[in-house]
Amino acid sequence: MSLFSTLTVVRIATLLIATSIAASPAFADVAPTATVVIDNFSFGPAQLSIAAGATVTWENRDDIPHTVVEDASPRTFKSPPLDSGEKFSQVFVKPGTYRYFCSLHPHMTGTIVVK
Amino acid sequence: MPDITKDTDQPEILSGHGAKRRTALSCMAWAGAGMLWTLNGGVPGSKLLGGTAQAAEVDRHAFSFVQISDSHIGFSKDPNLDPASTLKEAVDKIRTSKEKPAFMIHTGDISHLSKPGEFDTAAQIIGSAGLDVHYVPGEHDVLVDDGNSYFERFSKPADKKWYSFDQGGVHFIGLTNVLNLKGGGLGYLGDEQLAWLKQDLARRSSSTPLVVFAHIPLWSLYPEWGWGTDDSAQALSLMKRFGSVTVLNGHVHQVAQKVEGDISFYSAMSTAFPQPGPGKAAGPGPMKVPADTLRTLLGVRSVNYVPGKIELAIVDTRLSV
Repeated sequence: MSLFSTLTVVRIATLLIATSIAASPAFADVAPTATVVIDNFSFGPAQLSIAAGATVTWENRDDIPHTVVEDASPRTFKSPPLDSGEKFSQVFVKPGTYRYFCSLHPHMTGTIVVK
Repeated sequence: MPDITKDTDQPEILSGHGAKRRTALSCMAWAGAGMLWTLNGGVPGSKLLGGTAQAAEVDRHAFSFVQISDSHIGFSKDPNLDPASTLKEAVDKIRTSKEKPAFMIHTGDISHLSKPGEFDTAAQIIGSAGLDVHYVPGEHDVLVDDGNSYFERFSKPADKKWYSFDQGGVHFIGLTNVLNLKGGGLGYLGDEQLAWLKQDLARRSSSTPLVVFAHIPLWSLYPEWGWGTDDSAQALSLMKRFGSVTVLNGHVHQVAQKVEGDISFYSAMSTAFPQPGPGKAAGPGPMKVPADTLRTLLGVRSVNYVPGKIELAIVDTRLSV
């Protein structure tokens, strides 16, 4: 599972590099991005709507590690443990409703709606 | 509102035993480092710490054990940049105590990030007490590999992820409630563990005192912050026929207690950092307390058992007063 997560992170990083290239002025079609902040053991915003193809980045601002894990089986995304200040990004290509939670503190939940 | 107490505060009473307990508490005396709780047939009373006349008449089969919790080795932020040093102070307190405990339990969050170096540091410090140690994992110990790096290191070969053992007529049960947690849920034991527990308890007589320990509370201490276990009611229903059940946990980094029927619940202090009382802050993270206050909010617990009296005495001692 951690191998999968690592690969996911590497893949996302590659996509981010691609995105930053795409975001240069020479290209008009900029991939949208959004941020979810983890603070005081909660995801903010808890519900987020994005366009298909957008990248969501979670940033942990707590003093305690958290994770971002899709609440589905099989699941399409699961972050490694995010220590304070660490981030995790996921690209959402397919429209739908994605529920997720922190696998360490499962009362922490959030939803990404991809339109 | 859950019953959260510091051991220097007058506890609130929650249970149906309230009136009886309040009477007992009214004659309570307080001593610097801690309070002595006694459990007699499931009804707690109290006496002055240090007033150990009764200790002198202890049956020679009596024994004590110690609980430490939430050492969070690897954490390095306000209010504790070096939890290894406060863990060492806690272990030194145990090592140099006059009465040698039979063993130690650690109720989880040994490490902060499940890193091998964190586990090594913790094991080395805890090992300096020279005691047999029974561990249960916290969520911080099973961050990677489904917890295998924890279980390979801290589980005994014969034990799986949960286990029991006997000491001096008391049956001890170590449970894991930090794996396979469900979105929107709390701590979780799972059907396999509950089936094992049922089988394990079926072989014990109802007069056997039980001591159950796990990381996350097995009672609804504050579900809004995840301080509870989804399927704990199923586990506790298996224990209802027993006359003396003591449940010890960590996770909340503070002394808290509750009595429900014949089952007594006790949450322990951390050796690393305190957390706020339930609902007393925006979230349950580390409390940023001044350096000169930190050690008054960290501590260790000693539990004494005297055969025949079905009596357990619980003493929470702070690293400094």
